[in-house]
Amino acid sequence: MTGTVAVTATINGRSVRAEVPARLTLADFLRERLALTGTHLGCEHGVCGACTVVVDGRAVRACLMLAARIDGAVVETIEGASDSGRLAALQDAFRTRGALQCGFCTAGLLLTAAELLAEDPAPTREAVRAGLSGNYCRCTGYEAIVDAVLAAAGTGDG
Amino acid sequence: MKPPPLDYRRAGTVEEAVALLAEHGDDARLIAGGQSLMPLLAMRLAAPELLVDIDRIDGLDSVAESDGRVTLGPLIRHCRMVGDPAIARAAPLFARAGPLVAHPGIRNRGTLGGALALGDPAAEFPACALAAGAVMHLASSGGRRSVPAEAFFHGPMETAIAPEEMLVAVELPAPRPEDRFAVREVARRHGDYALAGVAARARVAGGRLSDLRLAFFGVADRPVPAPAAAAILVAAPGDPEALRAAGEALAEEIDFAGGAQASAALRRHLARVVLARAVADLLDAGPGEAAGRAA
Repeated sequence: MTGTVAVTATINGRSVRAEVPARLTLADFLRERLALTGTHLGCEHGVCGACTVVVDGRAVRACLMLAARIDGAVVETIEGASDSGRLAALQDAFRTRGALQCGFCTAGLLLTAAELLAEDPAPTREAVRAGLSGNYCRCTGYEAIVDAVLAAAGTGDG
Repeated sequence: MKPPPLDYRRAGTVEEAVALLAEHGDDARLIAGGQSLMPLLAMRLAAPELLVDIDRIDGLDSVAESDGRVTLGPLIRHCRMVGDPAIARAAPLFARAGPLVAHPGIRNRGTLGGALALGDPAAEFPACALAAGAVMHLASSGGRRSVPAEAFFHGPMETAIAPEEMLVAVELPAPRPEDRFAVREVARRHGDYALAGVAARARVAGGRLSDLRLAFFGVADRPVPAPAAAAILVAAPGDPEALRAAGEALAEEIDFAGGAQASAALRRHLARVVLARAVADLLDAGPGEAAGRAA
């Protein structure tokens, strides 16, 4: 018994209609059907945060959501958020501070950090660490990432 | 790591959801936030034939207060436990536990009902329900029934919810002015499941505790109350000797579980640590600002 589900959603500002297998995750849908490969797949069980996207205004893990469930939703991936310019300050701070190496986790970190700053425009270092605790980076040791988020918030030392 | 083949139906009402459960029984699972069920599907630890999506049923994410009782909707997301002033006022234990639960991306989707229905013994909200004296309201196509938290959690990932039932409301006593609340845990990293934690509620007046309810999580096969330890602390709050005796009572009344994360002895030790911190929070002897934060 394997059903398919018809969904219509707004993805990066574009209306998308599709017939998706019920078991298909949003992450696979974005990557394989829509070629939005900026959504990275790390652990596929909600631990690493690499597949973070924004659904109806909240940062969520695309591996923990079925594509069937986005009917009527507004979805923004790193491609849409980057093109819109809303991440520019964070992206610039990440680049300046060396807050990425391989880049695998970066898309998820940027979207998570943007939500954090939207809710708390002047976070403490501790609040940034807690806010990013669900996003794994295996390269940087996090210090530069936290520096970059604080810098983008204008509360860092640069 | 992909979910197994399955079918998917979206329920628009509770009646629709329980009708689908009645029709499909054990072969169906409800999905709300999906933050625990999706990993179980990915790891093939769960393989239902049908997912019944209840996430968009109207009216199940409200906070209501009347006649000294608070009713929490099962679709309240964890992120609201962190930031919603109505929840901070009506359900302070859950508000204190909120920041300890997982990470922002998970809290944006995960729901109260999902956390309670899963019955993870290391999770914060089941223990909060137990300490708060919550009553779970369950619906099926045959009618409704209510189960007190004490009788709701049966074991690891096992609750009183029958396959054809859905958790539709969580009812708790409204906080009284002299009630105090504390949630303390020790975890290896922020957002990880606790190695040991406690949710505590008490009336506090003139440095005395009364009506103290303790519920420990992460220490046994389900969230567990600790009435003997509570009785000792009520008799002599703030007394280091009573705290030591209460810690010893915990070893008697809780069947501490060992495992890959921590031995039973370590959990027993940490239970005493979090108990002392929670009592200090209740008595406001500790730093009030730190109440409810991981140590």
